[in-house]
Amino acid sequence: MDIVIAVVSAIFLLLGGFLCVTGGVGILRFPDFYTRIHATGVTDTLGAGLILIGLMLQVPDVLVLVKLVIILLMTLFINPVATHALAQAALKSGLSPLLQSKNHKGG
Amino acid sequence: MDAGNDWAAAFFGLYNYWIVVVLMMVGFYIVIAHGNLIKKIIGLTIFQTSVFIYYISMGNVDGGTAPILADNISQYSNPLPHVLILTAIVVGIATTALGLALAIRIKESYGTIEEEIIQGMDNPG
Amino acid sequence: MKDLFAVIMLAGMYGLLSASFFVTMDAVDVAFTEASVGAGISTLLMLTTISMTGRYENTTRHRPMLALVVVFVTGSLLIYGTLDMPYFGSAQAPIQLHVAPHYINNSMSEIGIPNIVTSALASYRGFDTFGEVVVIFTAGVAVWALLMVNVQRRKNTEIDDANNSTHEQHFIVRFVAKMLIPFILLFALYVQFHGDYGPGGGFQAGVIFAAAIILYSMVFGLNTARRVISQPIVQLLTAAGVLLYGSVGIVSLLSGGNFLDYNVLSADPIAGQHLGILLIELGVGCTVASVMILIYFNFSGRKNDRELEEHKETT
Repeated sequence: MDIVIAVVSAIFLLLGGFLCVTGGVGILRFPDFYTRIHATGVTDTLGAGLILIGLMLQVPDVLVLVKLVIILLMTLFINPVATHALAQAALKSGLSPLLQSKNHKGG
Repeated sequence: MDAGNDWAAAFFGLYNYWIVVVLMMVGFYIVIAHGNLIKKIIGLTIFQTSVFIYYISMGNVDGGTAPILADNISQYSNPLPHVLILTAIVVGIATTALGLALAIRIKESYGTIEEEIIQGMDNPG
Repeated sequence: MKDLFAVIMLAGMYGLLSASFFVTMDAVDVAFTEASVGAGISTLLMLTTISMTGRYENTTRHRPMLALVVVFVTGSLLIYGTLDMPYFGSAQAPIQLHVAPHYINNSMSEIGIPNIVTSALASYRGFDTFGEVVVIFTAGVAVWALLMVNVQRRKNTEIDDANNSTHEQHFIVRFVAKMLIPFILLFALYVQFHGDYGPGGGFQAGVIFAAAIILYSMVFGLNTARRVISQPIVQLLTAAGVLLYGSVGIVSLLSGGNFLDYNVLSADPIAGQHLGILLIELGVGCTVASVMILIYFNFSGRKNDRELEEHKETT
């Protein structure tokens, strides 16, 4: 039983880490502000969530588990709202989304 | 071979101080090389943080944990630097806020926050 | 790099990185404070400042050569000085041998709380902390004096109209902020009172409390925030925290002990220590929270005043 929990938690942690790295790659490679914050908003929230679930499986103490659950809920609430606030601020200050790529690199 | 070992030991024993010195010099450079007041304040913040890192790294003990008493731990990191730096951080933000308030007032009085222009206005000719 | 906005964001990231560094150095209290202060409040105040002083830097002078030479010379002197220092992490360093073992070994028996940092901060070195609370108070008063904003009731209907008209646009942010702020305040209280048993204490709690109020004020507008949390009360609380701290010391004097000697505050010395630490952490939290709120209100109020004046000049 212990080894099953350890393996499952390791899978969650690795997946979460992979998602966070993907989000980072997305920031660097996407062409436009809006696509970039979309990349980080989705992947960072899910990545942080998976990492937290992986940590939850390894925890011996109920109190720490409750704290981790609260952190997970807060992250799920706050990350999308922050992304939304960023996008709205950008839209209001006039940054318009890139609708057609200027140089058709690979379509 | 002995001298080589000594150098290696010195490097691994002292590299945290050298990192701190590099950061400190970066902050120092920003303060003296840039004319913009906001950049100077940010340089001071970097300098402050490097000093905090210096103290905290001095208090670290190999194999120690956070200085909160628990039953099955025998070796703790030194709590004294933590106390000093805790107060230092909050005092640092208070003085940074004061510096920023001064920058705002300078902007309103002189119209600019570039040091050269302000000095030109104060000492004409 | 001329865009100060980017510079400030990078400085905030630097603060967050140093906070994670502190965690690896086993300094959890310090990491907590640095993360909330250095990566949160500091970035916020700097952004408010550049919204008033200008976002881009017009370089008039950039003579890097002389500065580089000075920096190199100083840096090499400092590195030469570090060659005598004790090695990183060594347990035989002088810093580990004198006062620290006394704190680590005797903290439980003399004061009775597990967090050695809080016991040193509040009891062994309580006088230092008092001085520092006064410094924070002075900085708050100085910022207020520099940026004094009129608190009288103005008929600023323009700003109220602006607030209401953008209501639907900001609906999501307002809704989530309204839901989150009670939790943030609760967390601040938790950190305040749990500082004896885990990382935490007055400073971090004060900053988190102020962050909740600042969030409210940013989302709903400064005037609404001023009506909810009236500025005169915040100013009163700044002084009340320092007064509470000082009076704990005076009460110990009057009860026959030294200044800030908690052993005489109650029949049992350990209970006296607990009571003393509780009271002064409360004072610290009060002052830190109110000073941060006061500083933010003054910065933001100054900006509002300038916008109002420009608005009046153009209409």
